[in-house]
Amino acid sequence: MSRLFSVSAALAWRNLWRNHRRTLIMLSAISVGSWAMIFLTALTQGMVTDMMRQGLAVLPGHAQAHHPAFRDDPNIVNLLPIPDGELESRLARGDFAAWSTRINVPAFIASERETRGVTLLGIDPERERDFTFVDLDTVDGRFLETADDSGVVIGRKLAETLETRVGKRIVVMSQSPDNEVADRGFRVVGVFRAELPSQEENYVFVGKATAQKLLGVPDRVTEAVVFGTDFRNPEPVLDRLDSLVSADGVTAQSWKDLDVYLSTTLASMDGFVLIWVIVIFLALSFGLVNTLLMAVFERIREIGVMLALGVKPAAILLQIVLESMLLLGIGLVLGNLLAFASVQLISDGIDISMVADGMEMMGATSRLVPDLRMQDVVLANGVVLVLGFFASLSPAWRASRYEPVEAITTVQ
Amino acid sequence: MPIELRLAWRNLWRQPKRTLLTTGAMVFSNVLLVFMISLQVGMYGLMVENGLKVFTGHLQVQAPGYIDDAKMRLIVPDAVALADRLRELDGLSAVARGSTFALASSEDRTYGMAVMGVEPDYEADVSSLPGLIGAGRYLEAIDAAEIVIGERLARNLKVGVGDELTLLGSGLDGSFAATVVTIAGLFETGIPDIDRGIGALPIGHFQEVFYMGDAAHMVVAVAASLDAVPAAVAAVESQLPADGELVVHDWDALVPELRQSINADLGGALFMYGVLVVLVAFSVLNTQLMSVLERTREFGIVMALGLKPGRLGRLVLLEAALMGLIGVLAGALLGGLLTQYFAVNGFTYPGLEEMAAQFNLPGRLHPEVTLLSLFAGPLVVFAFTLLATAYPAFRLRRLKPVEAMRAA
Repeated sequence: MSRLFSVSAALAWRNLWRNHRRTLIMLSAISVGSWAMIFLTALTQGMVTDMMRQGLAVLPGHAQAHHPAFRDDPNIVNLLPIPDGELESRLARGDFAAWSTRINVPAFIASERETRGVTLLGIDPERERDFTFVDLDTVDGRFLETADDSGVVIGRKLAETLETRVGKRIVVMSQSPDNEVADRGFRVVGVFRAELPSQEENYVFVGKATAQKLLGVPDRVTEAVVFGTDFRNPEPVLDRLDSLVSADGVTAQSWKDLDVYLSTTLASMDGFVLIWVIVIFLALSFGLVNTLLMAVFERIREIGVMLALGVKPAAILLQIVLESMLLLGIGLVLGNLLAFASVQLISDGIDISMVADGMEMMGATSRLVPDLRMQDVVLANGVVLVLGFFASLSPAWRASRYEPVEAITTVQ
Repeated sequence: MPIELRLAWRNLWRQPKRTLLTTGAMVFSNVLLVFMISLQVGMYGLMVENGLKVFTGHLQVQAPGYIDDAKMRLIVPDAVALADRLRELDGLSAVARGSTFALASSEDRTYGMAVMGVEPDYEADVSSLPGLIGAGRYLEAIDAAEIVIGERLARNLKVGVGDELTLLGSGLDGSFAATVVTIAGLFETGIPDIDRGIGALPIGHFQEVFYMGDAAHMVVAVAASLDAVPAAVAAVESQLPADGELVVHDWDALVPELRQSINADLGGALFMYGVLVVLVAFSVLNTQLMSVLERTREFGIVMALGLKPGRLGRLVLLEAALMGLIGVLAGALLGGLLTQYFAVNGFTYPGLEEMAAQFNLPGRLHPEVTLLSLFAGPLVVFAFTLLATAYPAFRLRRLKPVEAMRAA
């Protein structure tokens, strides 16, 4: 058996190069096709990863816990029923990669010039430092230092709109649980930068304890956020969070439930990759089958002679299929190398700031960094090899079924 | 039928399988191209239309700088009168609008919201919002103390039609502004940000509460069609005072993300189409090269009989052109039928609805069959077919009759 295989392989290899022009053209087609499969997939995955990163940074967290009514009505009355101190000690036991509790309420911010609606985040800066979307290195002034920091940190875009800057005062207004207007003057201690302008526009940071005092809700928060290790698989983290808080009537949700747009985008990505790979394969398959048919047709007499000499039809079949697999294999290797090289070439990302606003609409930034994932590479190569195998069966089958006498006497 | 055409046609069918497979590759790509391009044409049209019809309109008159930073004091003076003048222009609908932020309080809730001042009689000409009132009615009198707000906002504020809202904000001069308004109606656009954060007052009341005088922040206009926008911009500009105190922005400047997300999507699509076309071209190159090589002896003989290599080259090109033509026609026909089916029945796939919502699109897309979407892709494939045949055809020029006749 192994001897049959090695002889067939040797024959297939030599046959491949009998018409080197045809083989080279087909190889180019397979290389370009597989390059395009992998390269475009890497670019698209890069964009989706970027969207995830931005989306999760704003959310942020892989899973969150809220009062059941909070998602629909993000109001200070819908506080978590668990006191913050108790909640923190529970989360500390949860074995999370990172976690935090915070106040997250809509608020209103006014300078002497302008007023804007914003999302007020009362945070524990020491906890949030590790995962905030704020670029901590480029904060004008300083970021918050402790949970009872008395200053406010706002985004660069918001600071421009409000015509304010570090050191100036602004007023933050929100609502206390009994619907009194809760307002307080703050000194702007820092102006942060973020990757998306909308982040700089919408989020205002104050210390958690300061927010609790402002809103009149001592030792209470509106949400808990936790991180696991892999955002694509938030379920284990969600389960742990759920087991810690569900007894108190608190709803735990993963980011997939919290941001449906992001999760459907991520989910439909795998479908997109598969469709793209199959479309390219189909476009290639016409050429592949054509090449094999021609190769068999030219050798009709030769195949007839082999059959007449007692070579088994199965051996002919094997030889043609091997020829096809060799062709595909070499083409794939070249295509993969080309794809790896081109991904490497732009591994710093390509600047697409000419469509920056459009990318922000999709939730991504203006630098496209390709994300080459092994599973996509395996998928592309696997689909080509498996479907290529089936596509080559028909010409190979025909070749193995020739009637020797007829084949030998065929006039070409 | 001229002899060359007849020869080319017969040559094609000497190897029917090969010809069919090569044409098959063309038809496959062409059907795909027709469908995808039609889908994109339909989707982009909707994106622009839906993106503009809620608020933005086709163009706006604003104070310089307002577009970058919507500040209260960047005003359009005498805005209602200006809107009246613009309405006189041919085919143009126009309304004046004020815009600011306010803190809205109901009995037990307080939220920040964007507040617009609108002309109740004309707003429906430029915006779909008045038509989306789910409960109650739209605004009526121009100076009534009433408001319409988003349905989600109403739910969050725990109010309904007929309830009162207190609005707190700051006026044009920075002073404290407050009013109590009655909720006339609730709208539901399906766009969460709008349903959650916006309300509209009659502009007369808006100007009074926020100390705006006769001013507003923009005049929004809609032209007869998107194609008429450049002409409309010029017409509106001619109506403005020449001192540069007011500027006109078209929709492209107002919402650059719209065109840019279309361009980003188009960029990715063009890459895919390009790859498809190149693969088809390889297929054609292979076929034509083979068909030329296997006819070397035959070509040698006809050349020895006096046929010019140029004419042979044309013959090979003609064969490819015939194949390409079948590809174009079959591709356009099948692609057109497939597209037409989805144009009638709508096209959707799992997850489309959630993604479409982000761009303010319906969950079911109707591709649009146009002459462009029907033939743009197939004709490019056709051009590449001829291009790919250039090499085999060119090789014929170097063919020496005697050697060719002896070729194996």
